[in-house]
Amino acid sequence: MYDKKELDNIKRKKVEWNKECYSQHVKNRAERKKKFNNLSSLKIENIYTPDDVAHLDYDKHLGFPGIYPFLRGIHPTMYRGRLWTMRQFSGFGSAEETNKRYKYLLEHGETGLSVAFDYPTLYGYDTDQPLSRGEFGKCGVAISSLKDMEILFNGISIDEVTTSMTINGPAAIVWAFYMANAENRGISKQSIGGTIQNDILKEYIAQKSFIFPPEPSMRLIVDTFEYGFKEVPRWNTISISGYHIREAGSTAIQELAFTLGDGLEYVRWAIKRGLKIDDFAQRLSFFFNAHNDFFEEIAKYRAARRIWSQEMRNLGAKKDRSLYMRFHTQTAGCTLTAQQPEINIARVTMQALSSILGGTQSLHTNSMDEALALPSAKAARIALRTQQVIAEESGVTDTVDPLGGSYYIEWLTDKMVEETYKYFDKVEKLGGVIPAIEKGFFQREIAESSYKYQKEIDEKERIMVGVNKYQMDEPIEIPILKMDEKGEERQINRLKKLRKNRNNSKVDRNLSNLRKAADGDKNLMPFILECVHSYATLGETCDILREVFGEYTEPAIY
Amino acid sequence: MDQKIRVLIAKPGLDGHDRGAKIVARALRDAGMEVVYTGLHQTAEMIVETAIQEDVNVIGLSLLSGAHMTLFKDVTKLLNAKGLNDVLIIGGGIIPEEDVSKLKKAGVSGVFGPGTHCEDIVRFIRKNVKK
Repeated sequence: MYDKKELDNIKRKKVEWNKECYSQHVKNRAERKKKFNNLSSLKIENIYTPDDVAHLDYDKHLGFPGIYPFLRGIHPTMYRGRLWTMRQFSGFGSAEETNKRYKYLLEHGETGLSVAFDYPTLYGYDTDQPLSRGEFGKCGVAISSLKDMEILFNGISIDEVTTSMTINGPAAIVWAFYMANAENRGISKQSIGGTIQNDILKEYIAQKSFIFPPEPSMRLIVDTFEYGFKEVPRWNTISISGYHIREAGSTAIQELAFTLGDGLEYVRWAIKRGLKIDDFAQRLSFFFNAHNDFFEEIAKYRAARRIWSQEMRNLGAKKDRSLYMRFHTQTAGCTLTAQQPEINIARVTMQALSSILGGTQSLHTNSMDEALALPSAKAARIALRTQQVIAEESGVTDTVDPLGGSYYIEWLTDKMVEETYKYFDKVEKLGGVIPAIEKGFFQREIAESSYKYQKEIDEKERIMVGVNKYQMDEPIEIPILKMDEKGEERQINRLKKLRKNRNNSKVDRNLSNLRKAADGDKNLMPFILECVHSYATLGETCDILREVFGEYTEPAIY
Repeated sequence: MDQKIRVLIAKPGLDGHDRGAKIVARALRDAGMEVVYTGLHQTAEMIVETAIQEDVNVIGLSLLSGAHMTLFKDVTKLLNAKGLNDVLIIGGGIIPEEDVSKLKKAGVSGVFGPGTHCEDIVRFIRKNVKK
């Protein structure tokens, strides 16, 4: 990006400065640490100058916002035009309680909804199935049927607000609940907007709420792609997620590489089905983590956009919407401390800021109490206010990609691109994403990184304020969310009543049609919709697919 | 030489958060213990059965979903019913302070939350294990 003569001059001066200035200072006062490494163990130099980014071609590698390769942002105006969507992931107890929380958050200025489901729902079980024991409403809301979905969104304008749903194994069924609820309220499928996570590959890799083996899972996902672009055009039929990979302990580079690798795998499967890339790729979305290393995170988001647009172009995508990578961000839950929980607000602020400087489309900020329990209403409101402070007060939204051109950021962005391609090669050598999962490659990589990180904290090579430095011996005084103890009973009674009052012969017929379709190769979405419209429960519908597809069990590696 | 301490690290219920369980499994192994990891989605019956088969001195239960009050107690009750009173039970996860004392009463001798130093778990086991 620089004139050769100018560059030679800078290089010469840098050597000179290091020798005569910097090292002299270090002689007088040693550096604080023996080595400066970021969270991906990349060595960080004392300074970055034009010669670190001289190999970059501005047009080819950076460009302008809204134009290929979209590194500097997907829209020309970015936050000058419209702020990101403030979307707080929440859900607990029964549909009634969560509905109240959604209304509370919307009243306080939230601009999108995001549903957290409890474990039984994530695994496609009804609240009253034996494996659901103890889990009702614990880490999300329990949704066992269309009835629950109706309550969850009662009084909320689902034709105006968009809803993201963190659901994977049974994503197609839960999506069908949402669509059926909209239809019953007279809102067309064409006019609803939102996202289903629907990213099964990262479930095998990290989050572990899988149900079926890879092959039928991928088929279901491609079914949702196809159905989505034809029937529900404003819906993101997948949110390809690095968040959970990172929470499981990966580095930023691993998060980036594994997530984009997963994304490309979905694209290949859809193309293999015969879908046209520019039809479905517009509805692919992403989800990243915002961890502690501020600049590394910013570089990660920027690198992701460059790699995605390059790879999508290689796969034949032409439309801008298929080439640019839209993503949601959540601050890193694993960085929150149970000790002195109020200081989590500071962590979350930094992490949120990194995602905004990285150009996120949507953001969840964690609540300060999440290392102890699900967020209380007040903690959730403060987390939302944190986003509002950044958006309304800080001025960081006034120009597009404000850190673009920083020698450090541009060097690091490019370095992360390079490291990502190294991982792509490794995975290819293992036979692709699914064989690599079956060989435990990703799982082992993550376990290694997470153990290394923990050891660094145990040995105080990495500082966690309040945990291994600045500790205090004080009782934790923070109100913990209390759930309605009657919620589970109410839910079980509702299910009993539902099974008694619905047209059961219709339910049986629809379930048996689904079974036949699952045995064949038709798109399953219309069959699933029929089932849920007749109030077949999540567990009943999922059990049919379990019977046909079988279940996945993972090798226990540590 | 002393016999090695045998530990079962177990993930009861549907919770998929296995980062902590895997770290603790490794740390205990690195501290010289024999470690068996159950993997995910274990019922109380499966955990107790494995504990008997593997003849362990310690069971470490890990749960981050919030279902600890039900699922940890299921394991301790079943162990009691089977007369396995000499197995040390410890637990970890997202566990509010007010539940810790209740769990201790129910037989979970040590509860380790986020921010725990691995060495503290090792020390706790060495001090409290019945051999």
